[in-house]
Amino acid sequence: MIGLAATLFFATLGRTAGVSGILGGFVGRAPGTHWRAPFLLGLMTAGAVARAAGIPLYEPIPRSWPALAIAGLIVGFGTRLGGGCTSGHGVCGVSRFAPRSIAATLIFMASGAATVFIVARFFGGIL
Amino acid sequence: MKSAASFASGLLFGAGLIVARMTQPAKIVGFLDFFGAWDPTLAFVMAGAVAVYAVGYRLALRRRRPILEPAFEMPTIRAITPRLAAGSMLFGAGWGLSGFCPGPAIVAVSTGAFPPLVFCAAMILGMIAFTRFLGPGVDART
Repeated sequence: MIGLAATLFFATLGRTAGVSGILGGFVGRAPGTHWRAPFLLGLMTAGAVARAAGIPLYEPIPRSWPALAIAGLIVGFGTRLGGGCTSGHGVCGVSRFAPRSIAATLIFMASGAATVFIVARFFGGIL
Repeated sequence: MKSAASFASGLLFGAGLIVARMTQPAKIVGFLDFFGAWDPTLAFVMAGAVAVYAVGYRLALRRRRPILEPAFEMPTIRAITPRLAAGSMLFGAGWGLSGFCPGPAIVAVSTGAFPPLVFCAAMILGMIAFTRFLGPGVDART
């Protein structure tokens, strides 16, 4: 479904379905609200519909608010700096065999794995 | 029409994330736990999405222009830059730390739970900080 959604987005609007770019552009007030805001609303609506239908979509893991806030800050800053995230680079870019996206994906996966390792090994998985 | 197409894409994307359980931080952390109890789910989800988009993207490009816009917007930067590396490293760390990346976090906000809200608020702040000091970013010019 994710691949279909990204295809629909590209086929109709000619753009990469990279959530960090869509949100980042919206936050940074880049031109293009007519296509950014609805996409973001669509994401939230999917969640709302699932919730109303009783479909489980989110369960918390043991993370403190400071940890979540720091994570959010570096995801926000990092995705803008790196030009994409798991959807933009990981799905769309890799599908196009784009060297930038393949490199980005390998790097963020490695970084993620290292972080999980550290949290598990030195903090017992609770942060 | 553009708004409708955009909304439909977001809705379908969000639905896909939910069905694949990518909105569960435990699944993400489980996947990134290469050295521990590895949960390969995310790899299959990503592989499936890549396989579909690899075909869909190329089919879409057979037209000379997208259905609702005058031209395809392709990324213009090709080089693997220090920014790409640094940004990806930062993003990966935050992703591994929280189990959230932008898409699933936005979907999870709809549950009203505090962790996705805290994460998203901080994520938006991080994006604002970037735009303020280093913006506008390679993927958000138009």
